[in-house]
Amino acid sequence: MSDGVGKAYFGRRYLMSASHRLNAAERTAIENREIYGQCNNPNGHGHNYFVEVLVGGEVDRETGMVINLTTLDKAVQARVLDRFDHVNLNCDPLFQKQVPTTENLCRAIFELLKDSLPAGKLEHVRVEETENNFFECFGESKNQPANEARV
Amino acid sequence: MVFLTRRATFSASHFYWIEAWSKEKNEQVFGRCSNRNGHGHNYTLEVTVAGEPDTVTGYVIDLKWLKDAIEREVLASFDHRHLNLDVADFAPGKAVPTTENIAIAAWKRLEPAVNARGGAQLHRVRVYETPELFAEYRGGK
Repeated sequence: MSDGVGKAYFGRRYLMSASHRLNAAERTAIENREIYGQCNNPNGHGHNYFVEVLVGGEVDRETGMVINLTTLDKAVQARVLDRFDHVNLNCDPLFQKQVPTTENLCRAIFELLKDSLPAGKLEHVRVEETENNFFECFGESKNQPANEARV
Repeated sequence: MVFLTRRATFSASHFYWIEAWSKEKNEQVFGRCSNRNGHGHNYTLEVTVAGEPDTVTGYVIDLKWLKDAIEREVLASFDHRHLNLDVADFAPGKAVPTTENIAIAAWKRLEPAVNARGGAQLHRVRVYETPELFAEYRGGK
């Protein structure tokens, strides 16, 4: 089964809870209110974020795996969840000079994970801020239409 | 090109075990999945086909046909079965029924039927083992 089948993908979803406030330092208070609306509330607010990680690679002929989920879990725990779960994102060094929008969070997670996977290649990170909005990052590879990664 | 996805569910049991390995190595690599008495999941299968909508019907593919093909080619063999013991794709020494290999097996079962029908091409098979864990196969690409 695993012989000569080429590439396959393994995906995993993680839950993390964090707070943030969207406020661009270069803009006035009125402009920030206009741009970010309720997300500019001075005391911040929080979300339960789902982080979806997609790893691509050859399926190991013996184990039938692209990546062992326990090793992926450890990498995500160490690089992402230990850092962002149950924190105020605005306090993280990464978000001192950029606004912790979920776009920027998604890109940050991709960058933190891309070189720390023990097997396979990080293809895609998707961050769901609520059940009605989500953000996707494909790294440096050419952008794929959303339906390539998820229909 | 338009992509169309049909979802189906099946329930099955499995375990992960490589005969050539010691008990200790199987337990180390596969963790709780190596329990020889097996365990089960409610799997969700997503089958995506790609094609141009027919100029008359507006269909990329007839969804009823796709539903029946999924039931015939995959669910009839996988649903309410023990994947290691009941399904030839995962016979001992052939392939461990990981989520990756289930996605590949479903692809291999579906692709000839979709191709033989003409028109839309099989684009992707995604298998959710739990809502938090999935694998997908795009024909090796």
